[in-house]
Amino acid sequence: MVTGLKKNKKKEKLTWVQFKQYIPLYLMLLPALIYLFINNYIPMTGIVVAFKKYSKKKGIYGSNWNGLENFEYLFKNDAGLIIRNTLLYNIVFIVLGMVVGVTLAILITDVMSKRLKKLYQSAIMLPFLISIVIVSYIVFAFLSVENGMVNNSLLKPLGLSPVQWYAEPKYWPFILTFVNIWKGCGYGTLIYIAGIVGIDPSFYEAARLDGATRWQQITKITIPCLVPSLITMTMLSLGRIFASDFGLFYQVPQNSGALFSVTQTIDTYVYRALISSGGIGRSAAAGFFQSVVGFALVMGANALVRRISRENAMF
Amino acid sequence: MINSKANRRYQVIINIVLLLVTVIMIAPLVLLFMSSVSSEASLLNNGYSFWPEEFSLSAYQYILANGQTIFRAYGVTILVTVVGTSINLLLCSMAAYALSIQKLPFRNIISFFIFFTMLFNGGLVPSYLMWTSMFHIKNTIWALIVPNFLCGAMNIILIRTYFMTSIPEALYEAAKIDGASYLYIFRKIAVPMGVPIFVTVGLFSGLGYWNDWTNGLYYINDAKLYSIQTLLNKMIQDIQALQANATAASSGAAMQIPTVSVRMAIAFVALAPILAIYPFLQKYFAEGIAMGAVKG
Repeated sequence: MVTGLKKNKKKEKLTWVQFKQYIPLYLMLLPALIYLFINNYIPMTGIVVAFKKYSKKKGIYGSNWNGLENFEYLFKNDAGLIIRNTLLYNIVFIVLGMVVGVTLAILITDVMSKRLKKLYQSAIMLPFLISIVIVSYIVFAFLSVENGMVNNSLLKPLGLSPVQWYAEPKYWPFILTFVNIWKGCGYGTLIYIAGIVGIDPSFYEAARLDGATRWQQITKITIPCLVPSLITMTMLSLGRIFASDFGLFYQVPQNSGALFSVTQTIDTYVYRALISSGGIGRSAAAGFFQSVVGFALVMGANALVRRISRENAMF
Repeated sequence: MINSKANRRYQVIINIVLLLVTVIMIAPLVLLFMSSVSSEASLLNNGYSFWPEEFSLSAYQYILANGQTIFRAYGVTILVTVVGTSINLLLCSMAAYALSIQKLPFRNIISFFIFFTMLFNGGLVPSYLMWTSMFHIKNTIWALIVPNFLCGAMNIILIRTYFMTSIPEALYEAAKIDGASYLYIFRKIAVPMGVPIFVTVGLFSGLGYWNDWTNGLYYINDAKLYSIQTLLNKMIQDIQALQANATAASSGAAMQIPTVSVRMAIAFVALAPILAIYPFLQKYFAEGIAMGAVKG
């Protein structure tokens, strides 16, 4: 692409007449560029609000600087918890998501019946399309203290006393992990199915002639062939390890204060601080931290992916 | 191998496992539906269950009879989804077409300008302050349409790639020799050929709007502008407020809180259109997920 451009430049210097034919194309680009400028670029500059004592009257750019005061407050109080939660959940999601995704992908590609194959694929993708608010209603149907299915139909017949699900932090790492995998595993599975379908079938034929069992074929052929896409997926998720799914951590625990110790992540913290009175400074500081570290991680992860497999890199 | 006993046994085992997975995937949706058709009495006695003691359509009857808030919210969601998705497709496909023309001067710089938005973002606080204090978007219908969802780098890139791979450069050249302008080629060649990618990208843009509750959470507290997801979210908030502080909530709550089965019915009604189109558009959903349109 780059060489092509150079050739063009050598051949012809852009004259106004030539340039004129491209004007409609620039006009077609304009609305999208204006939108991205407003929606994405102005907030990028607004990130300086993290170093300011925001006053509504003076606006983002007019407010007085207050140095690192917002960060001092953030790191003295809440940073440890929200960073820990965000990182730990993401690590669990990445590892478990990969194990579940690869397992399901291998099983589904092995199914011989085409109809069943399609049924399974459709089923695992379905939760992906459901809004997290509705997911939180469904979780509530399971876990509501008075009416919940778990307390009424599972614990009661077993003679166990009901659990105050929305007040007991110890269960939530498992609940949130389950919900995340339930909702998200379709994505990974789909990617890995594409990877498996692309493996040269002659590998398996040769292995079968040598008497390899199905298990040996999986561990010696399928998984090694998936390694490049596994690495890419992991790198891309590592690049987003400071981001958390706001909906999952805010909606699914129903914003329950008793659970904050295990449900507060950077994204929920940014929102809750923003709407609390006087919290805008620490909210902006946490957001700044997330954006900048996130950017560094995405760049780092991409650089690694480029070294491993060039075609899977984002850029 | 294909017909061996071991293989048959293997097929049985993986099908059992996958059927189990399918049940886990679908059962929660069944529970949601069953809760919405339980009679209030059996909900109160036995809680939500997969097979209620007593069926009742009273929740849906209640929605039909008293559902002004709900119908209105449904209307808002449909409006926002249709308008937002249309504008999204228009903006993204125009930009994508321009960028697919390899001779376009400054093409790389513009591409980078678009792509960079995927790498770095200012986060919630600056966006919130900008939309509320510069554009005064709070409590307007635009708050549900414009922030975040109107056009995204991912969609532009997906459509551009599609144009570049499926419309040969030679076709443009031929059209140009015939005296066609770029605009004409867009209308007569690119748009008709791009239909499959428009369906995929449009589907996910629409899904994004339909499922979005964040813009409603940030920018809307006027009950008239609630979308269906915002309404569902506010119902949870009202219940929490009620539990936290009974007196404050009774004066502050914007609406009367519906009974449990009605709430489940509203959630199901919000989900129903997705369930209804899913079987028919499954192929496009799968393609979109694989391409990463979700994040667009």
